[in-house]
Amino acid sequence: MKAVHYLNQFFAGMGGEEQAETPPTRLDGAVGPGRGLAAALEGVEIAATLACGDDYFAEHEDEALAALLEMLAEIEPDVLVAGPAFGSGRYGYACARFAAAAAERGIPAAAAMHADNPGVAEAGAAYVVPTAVNVAGMRDALPRLGALASALASGREVGSAEDEGYLVRGFRRNYVAEKTGAERAVELLLAKLGGETRTEVGGDMDRVEPPPAVADLSAALVALVTEAGCVPQGNPDHLQSVRAQGWFRYDLGDADTLASGRYESVHGGFDVTLANEDPNRLVPLDTVRRLERDGRLGRVHESLYTTTGNGTPVVVATRFGQEIAGELRDAGVQAVLLSGT
Amino acid sequence: MLAKEIERAGIPAVYVTSLPTVATMIGANRIVRGPAITHPFGLDEDERRRIVERALAMLEADVEPNTVWEVE
Repeated sequence: MKAVHYLNQFFAGMGGEEQAETPPTRLDGAVGPGRGLAAALEGVEIAATLACGDDYFAEHEDEALAALLEMLAEIEPDVLVAGPAFGSGRYGYACARFAAAAAERGIPAAAAMHADNPGVAEAGAAYVVPTAVNVAGMRDALPRLGALASALASGREVGSAEDEGYLVRGFRRNYVAEKTGAERAVELLLAKLGGETRTEVGGDMDRVEPPPAVADLSAALVALVTEAGCVPQGNPDHLQSVRAQGWFRYDLGDADTLASGRYESVHGGFDVTLANEDPNRLVPLDTVRRLERDGRLGRVHESLYTTTGNGTPVVVATRFGQEIAGELRDAGVQAVLLSGT
Repeated sequence: MLAKEIERAGIPAVYVTSLPTVATMIGANRIVRGPAITHPFGLDEDERRRIVERALAMLEADVEPNTVWEVE
Protein backbone atom coordinates (compact mmCIF):
# COMPACT_ATOMS: atom_id res chain seq x y z
CA MET A 1 0.00 0.00 0.00
CA LYS A 2 1.09 3.54 -0.72
CA ALA A 3 1.08 6.68 1.38
CA VAL A 4 1.71 10.29 0.42
CA HIS A 5 3.23 12.51 3.11
CA TYR A 6 2.64 16.29 3.23
CA LEU A 7 5.23 18.61 4.83
CA ASN A 8 5.89 22.34 4.88
CA GLN A 9 9.03 23.83 3.40
CA PHE A 10 10.87 23.66 6.71
CA PHE A 11 10.31 20.00 7.50
CA ALA A 12 10.91 19.09 3.84
CA GLY A 13 14.40 20.56 4.24
CA MET A 14 13.88 23.36 1.71
CA GLY A 15 14.50 26.22 4.12
CA GLY A 16 12.95 28.35 6.84
CA GLU A 17 10.78 31.45 6.67
CA GLU A 18 12.74 32.78 3.70
CA GLN A 19 11.37 29.82 1.70
CA ALA A 20 7.80 30.13 3.00
CA GLU A 21 6.62 31.23 -0.46
CA THR A 22 7.65 27.91 -2.07
CA PRO A 23 4.82 26.54 -4.24
CA PRO A 24 3.77 22.85 -4.07
CA THR A 25 6.65 20.53 -4.87
CA ARG A 26 6.82 16.75 -5.26
CA LEU A 27 9.76 14.86 -3.75
CA ASP A 28 10.44 11.14 -4.10
CA GLY A 29 9.96 8.83 -1.13
CA ALA A 30 10.15 9.80 2.52
CA VAL A 31 11.79 13.08 3.57
CA GLY A 32 12.65 14.49 7.02
CA PRO A 33 10.07 13.33 9.58
CA GLY A 34 8.77 11.00 6.86
CA ARG A 35 11.66 8.66 7.60
CA GLY A 36 10.46 8.22 11.18
CA LEU A 37 6.90 7.93 9.94
CA ALA A 38 7.93 5.23 7.46
CA ALA A 39 9.24 3.16 10.34
CA ALA A 40 5.90 3.49 12.11
CA LEU A 41 3.79 2.42 9.11
CA GLU A 42 2.75 -1.22 8.77
CA GLY A 43 2.57 -2.56 5.25
CA VAL A 44 2.51 0.97 3.84
CA GLU A 45 5.30 2.70 1.94
CA ILE A 46 5.70 6.45 1.51
CA ALA A 47 5.62 6.79 -2.27
CA ALA A 48 6.14 10.52 -2.37
CA THR A 49 6.41 13.62 -0.19
CA LEU A 50 4.51 16.74 -1.21
CA ALA A 51 5.82 19.99 0.22
CA CYS A 52 4.53 23.56 0.15
CA GLY A 53 5.62 26.82 1.76
CA ASP A 54 3.36 27.94 4.63
CA ASP A 55 2.90 31.47 3.32
CA TYR A 56 2.31 30.24 -0.23
CA PHE A 57 -0.48 27.95 0.98
CA ALA A 58 -2.08 30.64 3.13
CA GLU A 59 -1.99 33.31 0.44
CA HIS A 60 -2.77 31.15 -2.61
CA GLU A 61 -4.91 28.48 -1.05
CA ASP A 62 -6.98 27.61 -4.11
CA GLU A 63 -3.96 27.26 -6.40
CA ALA A 64 -1.97 25.35 -3.78
CA LEU A 65 -4.78 22.92 -3.07
CA ALA A 66 -5.47 22.35 -6.76
CA ALA A 67 -1.80 21.59 -7.45
CA LEU A 68 -1.49 19.29 -4.43
CA LEU A 69 -4.68 17.41 -5.29
CA GLU A 70 -3.48 16.92 -8.85
CA MET A 71 -0.21 15.41 -7.60
CA LEU A 72 -2.20 13.24 -5.20
CA ALA A 73 -4.45 12.00 -7.99
CA GLU A 74 -1.41 11.00 -10.07
CA ILE A 75 0.04 8.93 -7.23
CA GLU A 76 -3.28 7.34 -6.16
CA PRO A 77 -2.22 6.63 -2.58
CA ASP A 78 -4.16 4.52 -0.08
CA VAL A 79 -3.71 7.21 2.54
CA LEU A 80 -2.54 10.83 2.89
CA VAL A 81 -0.56 11.74 5.99
CA ALA A 82 0.03 15.42 6.84
CA GLY A 83 2.43 16.85 9.40
CA PRO A 84 2.93 16.72 12.33
CA ALA A 85 2.47 20.48 12.47
CA PHE A 86 2.56 20.74 16.29
CA GLY A 87 1.54 24.29 17.33
CA SER A 88 2.27 26.02 14.02
CA GLY A 89 -0.92 27.73 12.87
CA ARG A 90 -0.14 28.18 9.19
CA TYR A 91 1.36 24.71 8.79
CA GLY A 92 -1.49 23.11 10.75
CA TYR A 93 -4.01 24.96 8.65
CA ALA A 94 -2.38 23.74 5.41
CA CYS A 95 -2.20 20.15 6.69
CA ALA A 96 -5.86 20.25 7.72
CA ARG A 97 -7.16 21.83 4.51
CA PHE A 98 -5.23 19.40 2.31
CA ALA A 99 -6.28 16.40 4.40
CA ALA A 100 -9.91 17.54 4.38
CA ALA A 101 -9.86 17.97 0.59
CA ALA A 102 -8.32 14.51 0.11
CA ALA A 103 -10.91 12.94 2.42
CA GLU A 104 -13.67 14.65 0.44
CA ARG A 105 -12.28 12.93 -2.67
CA GLY A 106 -12.35 9.51 -1.02
CA ILE A 107 -8.66 9.32 -0.05
CA PRO A 108 -8.40 8.51 3.67
CA ALA A 109 -6.34 11.20 5.38
CA ALA A 110 -4.73 11.76 8.76
CA ALA A 111 -3.01 14.93 9.95
CA ALA A 112 -1.17 15.53 13.22
CA MET A 113 -0.97 18.74 15.26
CA HIS A 114 -1.52 20.21 18.71
CA ALA A 115 -5.15 20.12 19.87
CA ASP A 116 -5.22 23.95 20.09
CA ASN A 117 -3.89 24.41 16.55
CA PRO A 118 -6.49 26.38 14.57
CA GLY A 119 -6.09 23.80 11.80
CA VAL A 120 -7.97 21.23 13.89
CA ALA A 121 -11.32 22.79 13.08
CA GLU A 122 -10.50 22.79 9.34
CA ALA A 123 -9.85 19.07 9.00
CA GLY A 124 -13.39 18.17 7.97
CA ALA A 125 -13.71 14.41 7.60
CA ALA A 126 -9.95 13.84 7.91
CA TYR A 127 -8.53 12.50 11.16
CA VAL A 128 -6.29 14.60 13.40
CA VAL A 129 -3.85 12.95 15.78
CA PRO A 130 -3.00 15.26 18.71
CA THR A 131 0.65 16.08 19.34
CA ALA A 132 2.74 18.16 21.72
CA VAL A 133 2.91 21.89 21.01
CA ASN A 134 6.41 21.77 19.51
CA VAL A 135 8.77 19.50 17.64
CA ALA A 136 9.98 17.88 20.87
CA GLY A 137 6.84 15.76 20.54
CA MET A 138 7.91 14.22 17.20
CA ARG A 139 9.04 10.91 18.61
CA ASP A 140 5.82 10.49 20.54
CA ALA A 141 3.60 11.55 17.64
CA LEU A 142 4.95 9.46 14.76
CA PRO A 143 4.05 5.97 16.09
CA ARG A 144 0.47 7.08 16.81
CA LEU A 145 0.15 8.84 13.46
CA GLY A 146 1.67 5.82 11.71
CA ALA A 147 -0.71 3.38 13.42
CA LEU A 148 -3.80 5.39 12.45
CA ALA A 149 -2.53 5.92 8.89
CA SER A 150 -1.83 2.19 8.52
CA ALA A 151 -5.35 1.40 9.71
CA LEU A 152 -6.82 3.90 7.24
CA ALA A 153 -4.76 2.53 4.35
CA SER A 154 -5.81 -1.04 5.13
CA GLY A 155 -9.46 -0.07 4.98
CA ARG A 156 -10.10 -1.36 8.49
CA GLU A 157 -13.06 0.27 10.19
CA VAL A 158 -11.72 2.96 12.50
CA GLY A 159 -13.16 3.05 16.02
CA SER A 160 -13.99 6.00 18.25
CA ALA A 161 -11.70 8.97 18.79
CA GLU A 162 -11.01 7.82 22.32
CA ASP A 163 -10.10 4.27 21.28
CA GLU A 164 -7.99 5.19 18.25
CA GLY A 165 -6.27 8.27 19.62
CA TYR A 166 -7.52 11.01 17.29
CA LEU A 167 -9.36 14.24 18.06
CA VAL A 168 -13.15 14.21 18.00
CA ARG A 169 -14.29 15.20 14.50
CA GLY A 170 -17.81 16.20 15.39
CA PHE A 171 -19.43 13.25 13.61
CA ARG A 172 -21.90 11.05 15.42
CA ARG A 173 -21.95 7.45 14.42
CA ASN A 174 -24.70 5.10 15.51
CA TYR A 175 -23.61 2.13 17.55
CA VAL A 176 -25.22 -0.26 19.98
CA ALA A 177 -24.23 0.74 23.49
CA GLU A 178 -23.94 -1.85 26.19
CA LYS A 179 -25.96 0.24 28.63
CA THR A 180 -29.15 2.19 28.14
CA GLY A 181 -29.25 5.99 28.06
CA ALA A 182 -30.78 6.06 31.54
CA GLU A 183 -27.96 4.02 33.00
CA ARG A 184 -25.31 6.12 31.28
CA ALA A 185 -26.97 9.36 32.39
CA VAL A 186 -26.98 8.19 36.00
CA GLU A 187 -23.29 7.28 35.69
CA LEU A 188 -22.50 10.77 34.38
CA LEU A 189 -24.50 12.33 37.22
CA LEU A 190 -22.67 10.25 39.82
CA ALA A 191 -19.35 11.16 38.23
CA LYS A 192 -20.30 14.84 38.35
CA LEU A 193 -21.26 14.58 42.02
CA GLY A 194 -17.86 13.01 42.51
CA GLY A 195 -16.24 16.07 40.95
CA GLU A 196 -15.66 14.82 37.40
CA THR A 197 -17.79 16.42 34.69
CA ARG A 198 -18.06 14.30 31.54
CA THR A 199 -20.38 14.42 28.55
CA GLU A 200 -21.24 12.28 25.57
CA VAL A 201 -22.15 15.38 23.56
CA GLY A 202 -19.52 18.09 23.09
CA GLY A 203 -20.56 21.71 23.44
CA ASP A 204 -20.66 24.26 20.65
CA MET A 205 -18.03 26.93 20.04
CA ASP A 206 -18.37 30.04 22.15
CA ARG A 207 -19.69 32.95 20.08
CA VAL A 208 -20.03 36.68 20.75
CA GLU A 209 -22.72 38.90 19.25
CA PRO A 210 -21.16 41.75 17.26
CA PRO A 211 -21.69 45.07 19.08
CA PRO A 212 -23.61 47.64 17.05
CA ALA A 213 -21.81 50.00 14.67
CA VAL A 214 -19.91 53.04 15.91
CA ALA A 215 -22.33 55.92 15.54
CA ASP A 216 -19.82 58.64 14.75
CA LEU A 217 -16.20 57.76 14.15
CA SER A 218 -15.27 61.41 13.72
CA ALA A 219 -15.97 61.84 17.42
CA ALA A 220 -14.76 58.42 18.59
CA LEU A 221 -11.71 57.37 20.57
CA VAL A 222 -10.04 54.63 18.51
CA ALA A 223 -7.40 52.24 19.86
CA LEU A 224 -4.72 50.28 18.01
CA VAL A 225 -4.20 46.69 19.13
CA THR A 226 -1.99 44.09 17.49
CA GLU A 227 -1.09 40.42 17.70
CA ALA A 228 1.84 40.99 15.35
CA GLY A 229 4.51 41.28 18.06
CA CYS A 230 5.20 45.01 17.50
CA VAL A 231 7.36 46.49 20.24
CA PRO A 232 9.73 49.42 20.70
CA GLN A 233 13.12 48.71 19.13
CA GLY A 234 15.17 46.37 21.28
CA ASN A 235 12.09 44.76 22.84
CA PRO A 236 12.62 46.33 26.31
CA ASP A 237 10.01 44.14 28.03
CA HIS A 238 11.08 40.90 26.36
CA LEU A 239 7.83 40.05 24.60
CA GLN A 240 8.10 36.41 23.50
CA SER A 241 8.27 35.60 19.78
CA VAL A 242 6.12 32.51 20.31
CA ARG A 243 3.67 31.39 23.02
CA ALA A 244 3.52 34.88 24.53
CA GLN A 245 3.23 35.00 28.29
CA GLY A 246 1.65 38.43 28.32
CA TRP A 247 0.73 41.61 26.49
CA PHE A 248 2.16 45.12 26.74
CA ARG A 249 0.89 48.68 26.55
CA TYR A 250 3.13 51.28 24.93
CA ASP A 251 2.54 55.01 24.98
CA LEU A 252 2.48 56.36 21.44
CA GLY A 253 3.09 59.93 22.60
CA ASP A 254 2.76 62.33 19.69
CA ALA A 255 4.44 59.99 17.19
CA ASP A 256 2.76 60.21 13.81
CA THR A 257 4.25 57.00 12.46
CA LEU A 258 5.70 53.71 13.69
CA ALA A 259 9.16 54.52 12.43
CA SER A 260 11.59 51.84 11.38
CA GLY A 261 14.42 51.74 13.90
CA ARG A 262 12.07 52.85 16.68
CA TYR A 263 9.68 49.92 16.47
CA GLU A 264 10.14 46.33 15.36
CA SER A 265 8.25 43.05 15.33
CA VAL A 266 9.52 40.11 17.35
CA HIS A 267 6.87 37.73 16.00
CA GLY A 268 8.48 34.33 15.43
CA GLY A 269 5.85 32.97 13.07
CA PHE A 270 6.64 34.86 9.88
CA ASP A 271 9.48 36.67 8.15
CA VAL A 272 9.52 40.15 9.72
CA THR A 273 11.86 41.76 7.14
CA LEU A 274 9.09 43.75 5.42
CA ALA A 275 7.48 44.66 8.74
CA ASN A 276 10.71 46.01 10.17
CA GLU A 277 11.37 48.08 7.06
CA ASP A 278 8.11 49.85 7.88
CA PRO A 279 6.25 48.80 11.05
CA ASN A 280 3.16 50.70 9.81
CA ARG A 281 2.64 47.62 7.63
CA LEU A 282 1.58 45.85 10.83
CA VAL A 283 0.11 48.73 12.85
CA PRO A 284 -1.02 51.57 10.58
CA LEU A 285 -0.23 54.52 12.87
CA ASP A 286 0.82 56.74 9.95
CA THR A 287 -2.55 56.35 8.25
CA VAL A 288 -4.73 56.68 11.34
CA ARG A 289 -2.83 59.81 12.39
CA ARG A 290 -3.56 61.31 8.99
CA LEU A 291 -7.24 60.37 9.33
CA GLU A 292 -7.23 61.88 12.82
CA ARG A 293 -5.89 65.17 11.40
CA ASP A 294 -8.45 65.03 8.60
CA GLY A 295 -11.25 64.62 11.14
CA ARG A 296 -12.26 61.18 9.87
CA LEU A 297 -11.46 59.82 13.36
CA GLY A 298 -12.05 61.56 16.65
CA ARG A 299 -8.86 60.68 18.47
CA VAL A 300 -6.28 57.89 18.45
CA HIS A 301 -5.95 56.30 21.89
CA GLU A 302 -2.67 57.18 23.59
CA SER A 303 -1.52 53.57 23.97
CA LEU A 304 -0.71 50.75 21.59
CA TYR A 305 -1.61 47.30 22.95
CA THR A 306 0.55 44.47 21.67
CA THR A 307 1.19 40.78 22.02
CA THR A 308 2.46 37.95 19.85
CA GLY A 309 -0.25 35.76 18.34
CA ASN A 310 1.83 32.68 17.66
CA GLY A 311 1.08 29.33 19.24
CA THR A 312 -0.87 31.01 22.02
CA PRO A 313 -3.32 28.56 23.63
CA VAL A 314 -6.96 29.63 23.36
CA VAL A 315 -7.41 30.05 27.10
CA VAL A 316 -4.36 32.30 27.35
CA ALA A 317 -5.36 34.45 24.36
CA THR A 318 -8.83 34.78 25.85
CA ARG A 319 -7.37 36.06 29.09
CA PHE A 320 -5.19 38.61 27.22
CA GLY A 321 -8.29 39.73 25.36
CA GLN A 322 -10.30 40.17 28.54
CA GLU A 323 -7.53 42.14 30.23
CA ILE A 324 -6.98 44.44 27.26
CA ALA A 325 -10.72 44.88 26.75
CA GLY A 326 -11.07 45.91 30.40
CA GLU A 327 -8.45 48.66 30.01
CA LEU A 328 -9.95 49.89 26.75
CA ARG A 329 -13.40 50.07 28.27
CA ASP A 330 -12.11 51.96 31.32
CA ALA A 331 -10.34 54.41 29.00
CA GLY A 332 -13.55 55.07 27.10
CA VAL A 333 -12.33 53.57 23.83
CA GLN A 334 -15.20 53.29 21.36
CA ALA A 335 -13.64 51.39 18.47
CA VAL A 336 -10.61 49.14 17.95
CA LEU A 337 -8.40 48.49 14.94
CA LEU A 338 -6.74 45.14 15.53
CA SER A 339 -4.11 43.53 13.34
CA GLY A 340 -2.98 39.95 13.19
CA THR A 341 -0.77 38.01 10.85
CA MET B 1 -9.35 35.82 20.44
CA LEU B 2 -8.51 39.44 21.23
CA ALA B 3 -11.14 40.63 18.75
CA LYS B 4 -13.77 38.41 20.31
CA GLU B 5 -13.06 39.47 23.88
CA ILE B 6 -12.96 43.18 22.99
CA GLU B 7 -16.31 42.83 21.24
CA ARG B 8 -17.65 40.87 24.19
CA ALA B 9 -16.86 43.99 26.24
CA GLY B 10 -19.14 45.93 23.87
CA ILE B 11 -16.45 47.74 21.86
CA PRO B 12 -16.64 47.17 18.09
CA ALA B 13 -13.29 45.75 16.94
CA VAL B 14 -12.24 45.13 13.35
CA TYR B 15 -9.61 42.46 12.82
CA VAL B 16 -7.35 42.90 9.80
CA THR B 17 -5.66 39.62 8.90
CA SER B 18 -4.60 37.68 5.83
CA LEU B 19 -6.07 34.50 7.36
CA PRO B 20 -9.78 35.32 7.62
CA THR B 21 -10.73 31.63 7.74
CA VAL B 22 -8.91 31.19 11.01
CA ALA B 23 -10.38 34.44 12.32
CA THR B 24 -13.88 33.25 11.45
CA MET B 25 -13.29 29.94 13.12
CA ILE B 26 -12.26 31.41 16.44
CA GLY B 27 -15.31 33.65 16.39
CA ALA B 28 -14.17 37.13 15.31
CA ASN B 29 -17.11 39.08 13.90
CA ARG B 30 -15.64 42.01 11.96
CA ILE B 31 -12.86 40.77 9.70
CA VAL B 32 -11.07 42.55 6.84
CA ARG B 33 -8.77 40.49 4.66
CA GLY B 34 -5.28 41.98 4.53
CA PRO B 35 -2.98 41.32 1.58
CA ALA B 36 -0.33 39.13 3.25
CA ILE B 37 0.84 37.59 6.52
CA THR B 38 4.00 39.67 6.45
CA HIS B 39 2.17 42.98 5.84
CA PRO B 40 -1.56 42.92 6.69
CA PHE B 41 -1.75 46.71 6.19
CA GLY B 42 -0.10 46.70 2.78
CA LEU B 43 3.28 47.81 1.54
CA ASP B 44 2.70 51.47 0.80
CA GLU B 45 0.56 54.31 2.16
CA ASP B 46 -1.99 54.25 -0.66
CA GLU B 47 -2.68 50.59 -0.12
CA ARG B 48 -2.72 51.11 3.64
CA ARG B 49 -5.22 53.95 3.31
CA ARG B 50 -7.60 51.69 1.37
CA ILE B 51 -7.32 48.89 3.93
CA VAL B 52 -7.80 51.24 6.91
CA GLU B 53 -10.78 52.92 5.22
CA ARG B 54 -12.36 49.52 4.63
CA ALA B 55 -11.77 48.58 8.27
CA LEU B 56 -13.27 51.86 9.49
CA ALA B 57 -16.31 51.32 7.25
CA MET B 58 -16.78 47.96 8.93
CA LEU B 59 -16.75 49.62 12.35
CA GLU B 60 -19.49 51.91 11.06
CA ALA B 61 -21.60 48.96 9.93
CA ASP B 62 -23.90 46.61 11.80
CA VAL B 63 -22.69 43.16 10.81
CA GLU B 64 -23.74 39.55 11.17
CA PRO B 65 -21.42 37.30 13.21
CA ASN B 66 -18.25 36.18 11.36
CA THR B 67 -18.44 38.71 8.54
CA VAL B 68 -15.43 38.99 6.22
CA TRP B 69 -14.91 41.99 3.94
CA GLU B 70 -12.45 42.19 1.11
CA VAL B 71 -10.56 45.38 0.27
CA GLU B 72 -11.72 46.68 -3.08
